[in-house]
Amino acid sequence: MSLSNFLYLSAILFTLGIFGIFLNRRNMIIILMSIELILLSVNINFVAFSHYMGDVTGQVFTFFVLAVAAAEAAIGLAILVAFFRNRSTIDVEEIDTLKG
Amino acid sequence: MVTDLLFYLFSAITVMAAVGVVTSRNQVHSVLFLILAFFNTAALFILLQAELLAALLVIVYMGAVAVLFLFVVMMLDVSFEELRKGMIQHLPLGVFVGAVILAELVVILSGIHAPHAPAAAATIPNAQLIGQVMFTQYLLPFEVASFILLVALIGAVVLTHRRRKVVKRQIISEQLARTREQSVALVKVASGQGAQQ
Repeated sequence: MSLSNFLYLSAILFTLGIFGIFLNRRNMIIILMSIELILLSVNINFVAFSHYMGDVTGQVFTFFVLAVAAAEAAIGLAILVAFFRNRSTIDVEEIDTLKG
Repeated sequence: MVTDLLFYLFSAITVMAAVGVVTSRNQVHSVLFLILAFFNTAALFILLQAELLAALLVIVYMGAVAVLFLFVVMMLDVSFEELRKGMIQHLPLGVFVGAVILAELVVILSGIHAPHAPAAAATIPNAQLIGQVMFTQYLLPFEVASFILLVALIGAVVLTHRRRKVVKRQIISEQLARTREQSVALVKVASGQGAQQ
């Protein structure tokens, strides 16, 4: 179990998050969950580096990433609920009112 | 040796759960897979001796964020089959982009000389160590993070709040501003005709 094991795991998780965004391009909930996966992979990177470098700053930064991710999920889901109330759909391709 | 096995076990479950999140046919299953991924990542954090973050991941992510997702998924009455249309035609592009990103990351990662052994284990508990750094050196970012959470809280309430027309609300200033002349009238009622406006 070395640092590069964790880095490869985090790379795979990151890729799966990106892949999820492309695969479920119309479903906003799955897109938000994929973003959570991406943030999770970043957190794994931070904590692994923090452990192997012997510096606790990485864990402190993970704490901030966690806080921002929680805020992002709350706001994203609130926007989703408000949009669903107006348009009765969560299809991302329907969200085009502001398109020029 | 045992930690190696545990690492491969937890990371395999995490990756499979992540695959489940993005490919699952049922939205509720997706959220449950997300919770599984979070839980196994918390286990990995414990392997990395980051106990406080593991606990935070379980409490904040599994207890709050994932349950929030679960509530929203169950609350919205959406036909998910409709949203899955066109998934097949998005698949090649997704595979392509994913393969490119993974290949790039692997090329970068195989080129770095990562330290194999962890740095010397800390002698004081993990939570104490984080607290010592966070509340001294990173006090301002900590306060900013709390402010971001406050803004998110208020923003979520404002975004989802709606005023229903049918619900009557008490307006105290109007109640107090009412005078006797506005509300009570003395009328002389003629016999047999009833009161008239």
